[in-house]
Amino acid sequence: MEGISKSFHGIHANKDINLSVESGEILGLLGENGAGKTTLMNILYGLYQPEAGQIKINGRPIRITNPMESILHGIGMVHQHFMLIQNHSVIENIALGYKDTPFFFPKIKIREKVASFSRQFNFTIDLNRKIWQLSAGEQQRVEIIKSLLNGADLLILDEPTSVLTPREIEELIHILRQMKADGHCVIFISHKLDEIMNICDRVVVLQKGSIVGSADTNQTDKKTLARMMVGRDVVFNISREKIDRGPKILSADQVHVAGDMGLPAVKGVSFDLYENEIFGIAGVAGNGQRELAEAVTGIRKIDSGKITINGKDITNLSPRHIYDHGVSHVPEERIRFGIAPGLFLYDNAILKQHHLKKFSRRYFLKYDQVKHHTRGIVDDFRVHTHSIDNQIKNLSGGNIQKLILGREISEQPQLLVASHPTYGLDVGATEFLRHHLLNLRKQGSTVLLFSEDLEEIFELCDRIAIIFAGEFMGIFDSDDERLCEIGLMMAGSNRM
Amino acid sequence: MEEIIISTLQRTMVAGTPLLLATTGEIICERSGILNLGVEGVMALGAVTAFIVTMTTGSPWLGVLSALAAGMVISIIHAFTSVTLQANQVVSGLALTMLGLGLAGMVGKPYVGKPLTIKMDDITIPVLSDIPYIGKVLFSQSPFFFMAIGLALVSWFFLQRTRLGIQIRSTGENPKATETQGVNVFLIRYMSVIIGGGFSALAGAHLSISYSKSWIEGMTAGRGWIAIALTIFALWNPGRAIWAAFLFGGIFVAQYLMQPLGISPNFLAMLPYIATLLILVLISLKDPRKLNAPAMLAAPYKRGER
Repeated sequence: MEGISKSFHGIHANKDINLSVESGEILGLLGENGAGKTTLMNILYGLYQPEAGQIKINGRPIRITNPMESILHGIGMVHQHFMLIQNHSVIENIALGYKDTPFFFPKIKIREKVASFSRQFNFTIDLNRKIWQLSAGEQQRVEIIKSLLNGADLLILDEPTSVLTPREIEELIHILRQMKADGHCVIFISHKLDEIMNICDRVVVLQKGSIVGSADTNQTDKKTLARMMVGRDVVFNISREKIDRGPKILSADQVHVAGDMGLPAVKGVSFDLYENEIFGIAGVAGNGQRELAEAVTGIRKIDSGKITINGKDITNLSPRHIYDHGVSHVPEERIRFGIAPGLFLYDNAILKQHHLKKFSRRYFLKYDQVKHHTRGIVDDFRVHTHSIDNQIKNLSGGNIQKLILGREISEQPQLLVASHPTYGLDVGATEFLRHHLLNLRKQGSTVLLFSEDLEEIFELCDRIAIIFAGEFMGIFDSDDERLCEIGLMMAGSNRM
Repeated sequence: MEEIIISTLQRTMVAGTPLLLATTGEIICERSGILNLGVEGVMALGAVTAFIVTMTTGSPWLGVLSALAAGMVISIIHAFTSVTLQANQVVSGLALTMLGLGLAGMVGKPYVGKPLTIKMDDITIPVLSDIPYIGKVLFSQSPFFFMAIGLALVSWFFLQRTRLGIQIRSTGENPKATETQGVNVFLIRYMSVIIGGGFSALAGAHLSISYSKSWIEGMTAGRGWIAIALTIFALWNPGRAIWAAFLFGGIFVAQYLMQPLGISPNFLAMLPYIATLLILVLISLKDPRKLNAPAMLAAPYKRGER
């Protein structure tokens, strides 16, 4: 790729980019959220048209105007958000993307080919299952099969590990090594330094749409790459100063909550939260964390049990009333629950506070104050946007997350419920957000932190609870020696 | 008594025919993710076109073909606004209904009330039509009846058993994902909307040259809207549309049968819609993913947007 440029709404997403990849090579594409990695790959895949520059394969310049052409040129792409039809079966999805699918009876005719192909890579997937019944890892394999079946020489993987469990990541790495040995080339997009160092041969670093450096992974280290990516030194270990905890804020007593299917998801959980502390709940996703977070913030009804704040019973109050008691929430699926994508930044900045006196007169919003407030959040939380008169869906995930956090803590909440706040964020944004959580703790608030990232849990939390199948396996101070068994507890095999 | 049952069933089949044609068309259209509320208007335009062409040329088949063409051409408008311009499909569809009804009224003015003397012969299938009861009901009918069932079966086959069918259904489920697989989403949607319009016009042709053999403004009498309701009722499956359409056809006929019994015809005219509402209630109780509603129905799709 030579001299590639592309802009959205007047912002350069890619600027004069030169990139090459050779066969039998795994190239890492590293960069912060919104650095333009995905845009660049979408250009290569024919989804976007570049405004300048050209693409060459084997030295010949080509024009790729749609994905069909890139498929025919041997390019395959596995998108971060899988491009699968959720309601269709695996075989239908493969038939849709396979270039040699016969017109009549496609499902019957390609079944044998797909089955033998998946055996080559040790994939065992029931081809009749619907996509929504599959785990994220299985869905990713369907995507990889689709690309390889079309004879992809170059496979682009966009943040492939963000949805996988550690075991599935191992399997993915194994597959990638196998592909490399077969002479395929792979472009691996990530913002996780460890993965890049582990998997890739060579790495190219993007920052704000331009290439800021490249290196062979065996001749560089994490620190250098991190500096290239963020443009400054990154502190990998945030020091948490010791603060004595204050009086009790929230108390949960024998809380039972039902999940989406009506089955019990949280079974009799009790805990207290105090001022000046961060209380972490560690556990593998799907063990009742989401239900518990929603119960505390009032989004989900509690079947039995009691939650009090400062001695006042808030059990099953509406989210708005609980918010008025000083409880803020950074939700898990932020695009779905945290923002209104089509509204402007300044609308989103007061989604929860719009009823407060300072933002509204009797019937009308005070837009001057609203915009002033928004500019404050954008500056304080370093949200990258060219204007606050911009629909929030045009921002990258990390910037949306920063705005949500800014909105939630600008009112100095007594309690912040944060679910996976740094999930999917790059190191710069992660460091920044963690800093803000610690700041909040220092100012006398308490944070209820749900996370799968143990590093994050140990770095931030004063006390840690391990949740498994809706029950606490134990609550520990962060310096408790028994926490070395945390892995076993998260797997449910050890209770303290 | 026997006579009454047979003639009732026969009329049920006749009443269900235009519903089935239009429903099949709408199913194809909605499967590609485009909601077309213009069925009523396209149907009226098909009716008037078929009537005029048949009357002036003397050939009912020429009438059918020109109705098909007219329906396809006018549907391009809806395809253009909803696919190319990504406009609101509800508004565009309603506009198409208004346009179709108005155009049909205007063009058909000189022909109102004139009887059509050219007849389309019923097709009677030998042997099968001799089966007692069923024979007369199912195997001695107008060509439209067989066309409707044939098209519904062919549509089912295409949607479920061909590559094109997978592409159409995928487009309605997730146009972005479909496009990344190298499918031309715009082309698929244009095609589906146009085919759907053609089928609606065929339903209109049935009304004017086979069913009532005359043209009068407003003769479609809300059948287009029932077809849209039937699309949901049939859960977007042309196979299921067959029995659903004839069930609704039966309700149509029941209006005439039950009127002497003192049941208000207005109430019976409501039945198809009440049935649809009930189905919607039942549907919402089930797991939405087990239904067949196209996930991205009526959502405009823009290329290259994130």
